[in-house]
Amino acid sequence: MAPTNAALLANGAAVPVGHIPVFPWKTFRSWLLSSVSDGAEIASFFARPEKGFTLTAVCADPGTGNLQAASTRVEDAWDSLTPECEAVHLFEREMAEQYNMTPNGHPWLKPVRFQPPMDGSRPGRATPEIGDTRFFSIEGDEVHEVAVGPVHAGVIEPGHFRFQCNGETVLHLEISLGYQHRGVERALIGGPDVRSVHFAETLAGDTTIGHATAYCEAIEALASIAVPPRAQAIRAIALELERLANHIGDLGALAGDVGFLPTSSWCGRIRGDILSMTALVCGSRFGRGLVRPGGVAYDLDEMAIGELHERLSSVARDAGGACGLLWSAPSVLARFEGTGALAAATARRLGMTGPAARACAIERDVRRDFPTGFWRFSQLAVSSGRTGDVFARAYVRWLEAQRSFAFLEEQIAALPRGETLASARKPARNALAVSLVEGWRGMICHCAVTGAQGAFTRYKIVDPSFRNWMGLAMAMRGEPISDFPLCNKSFNLSYCGHDL
Amino acid sequence: MLRIIRERLRQRFRTISFPRGAPPALPARFRGLPRIDQSRFVHGVDEVIASCPTGALSRDAKGALTLDLGRCIFCGECARMAPQGAITFTSDYRLAVRTREHLVLSEGELRHAVELGGKLRRQLGRSLKLRQVSAGGCNGCEADANVLTTIGWDMGRFGIQFVASPRHADGLLVTGPVTRNMLLALRKTYEAVPAPKIVIASGACAISGGLYRGFAETCNGVTELLPVDLFVPGCPPHPLTLLDGLLRLIGRIGEKDPLPSITPSGEETTREL
Repeated sequence: MAPTNAALLANGAAVPVGHIPVFPWKTFRSWLLSSVSDGAEIASFFARPEKGFTLTAVCADPGTGNLQAASTRVEDAWDSLTPECEAVHLFEREMAEQYNMTPNGHPWLKPVRFQPPMDGSRPGRATPEIGDTRFFSIEGDEVHEVAVGPVHAGVIEPGHFRFQCNGETVLHLEISLGYQHRGVERALIGGPDVRSVHFAETLAGDTTIGHATAYCEAIEALASIAVPPRAQAIRAIALELERLANHIGDLGALAGDVGFLPTSSWCGRIRGDILSMTALVCGSRFGRGLVRPGGVAYDLDEMAIGELHERLSSVARDAGGACGLLWSAPSVLARFEGTGALAAATARRLGMTGPAARACAIERDVRRDFPTGFWRFSQLAVSSGRTGDVFARAYVRWLEAQRSFAFLEEQIAALPRGETLASARKPARNALAVSLVEGWRGMICHCAVTGAQGAFTRYKIVDPSFRNWMGLAMAMRGEPISDFPLCNKSFNLSYCGHDL
Repeated sequence: MLRIIRERLRQRFRTISFPRGAPPALPARFRGLPRIDQSRFVHGVDEVIASCPTGALSRDAKGALTLDLGRCIFCGECARMAPQGAITFTSDYRLAVRTREHLVLSEGELRHAVELGGKLRRQLGRSLKLRQVSAGGCNGCEADANVLTTIGWDMGRFGIQFVASPRHADGLLVTGPVTRNMLLALRKTYEAVPAPKIVIASGACAISGGLYRGFAETCNGVTELLPVDLFVPGCPPHPLTLLDGLLRLIGRIGEKDPLPSITPSGEETTREL
């Protein structure tokens, strides 16, 4: 008899690959669609070349805190789920590109990263030239097209943006990425080895702690390693420092984009002060070298704890003073409010995540909904907004920053005692592990699949930016094109996190 | 308005005085210039070489251990694996050099970057305008280059600025391993910079491909593609390392300037990972 129940998993846990049911296509389809309509997120959805191709989806239900996984097998094509479930649109395009398959009836089947095929791909597809795709265009006497990038005016990663405009008004924005594609998923196959954790740390450099933690939790799940409580606390401290540095830095950049220079100047410096706190912990401003399978590579002594505590209160004061001005300055509020508003229903349909989703009243946060590590012991209130505009995205980030300050204030003073690194063990064979981490941009998902030797046969990474880029495109509809920099900064998505 | 002024007074003036004054304090665990003590290697050289994620370590013709700063990501793994004191990461942030070969360390001193010469130097006068191109960079190098424009560092004091167009630039600051997908854009941006022009490779990826060296998806950095005038090692380079390199390039810091005090990195962890 065919199985009817998906496998039940938890965040940061592994199961034998054999326990994940392989549904016939129809069952898989109805399971996935009903999970999403019941409120689950598609945490990951990926293909691997096994018995034809095995497609595996992981659904995360924030209501119950459960993860469910199921697979199905296809030869070279399937009937696209995108027309009924928009949240899978990019996952389907990705599978099509990586293994030369076809989701029949996909309404927007274009390259995601212009990448070479993955090992085990069906033959017959040449790697397309970057940017060589049929861009959506609108015709009309008053309509014109604006193309920007890949190289932008600022110190920022590359990507191509195409606006279809009627006068000043953007009718449609198409975002075409892939310029940053380095082949990380391909390189991880055959691991873990001496490079693996470094790939995780450089997936998106501003999310070093987030991705390294997701990687390590996947390894720890596969190898049944128990991370000491002190190490979990240090990881959580580093994760919140990372969130603070990015949130405060971006609030300053938003202020800069509307010409409010006091906050813009101070926040740039305050962001640096927070990065220096991370460097105090591990020597690197981005947290390189800190999070390692089994725990953390650096402990904190009493002096470092005292120093962190002291700096934290002065940074919190500086940040409060600098950011507080934003919410009372009419010139700022006039530009933030109502700009780039995204309807909650759109954000939900696209499966968006992080502060951009919470700004639309979608109250989801991995730290609360799927807690692992230290988050099991520390309750966290989720910050959200209602209006889905630049103001809401900025304000949610300020609310989160305040909660991160409070969290750090409490935890730095009360670190659990004990070891910081458990000894290494070999990953289980033929197993699948899922780990979710709430990075500063939202939900990070890593799925590791091992083969008969215990080495990775597939390692799937979903950066929050992968889920959110389409949200930025939607938020720009009907907006003046001159508001794009402000709108873009309010999302501040990762290019390399998307391009992998 | 009064609130803004009050806050301005509270935030105070906090631009660093470097290079006139002392450089900003670096954390005790900062991993700067590595130092190799060959005499301490009795055995275990091959294990240390194998522990390096980027293949930065190798033996030279005489069998001595060498470390290529152009590939090193300063993870400190080799220092943990090696016999005590055989490899130490010091607090020396001065890492920028003018030629690729100078990045290969054995036991001697690092040959710090020297001022640009000739026509180029005269033409630049007292300013240096750079177009930044991220070509597969993870946003670490980009973010810590951008930090130099904040009021804490205020790179504009030295006439150095990141500009929006290659047409306005004296050169490029390249980050990332140069992905195949960015190769054309990088070339076009370089061509758009008026000659004479300079190229700066910032970070292990841009110098050698770093972790992404040898990938079909990348070009092993910018070194083999364009003539590079300044190499700034790191993953990412500390803002102080980058600023020091830039100031040496335009002659604002020279060999006569006082040396910073160098201490070994305060790394206590010796446990195996």
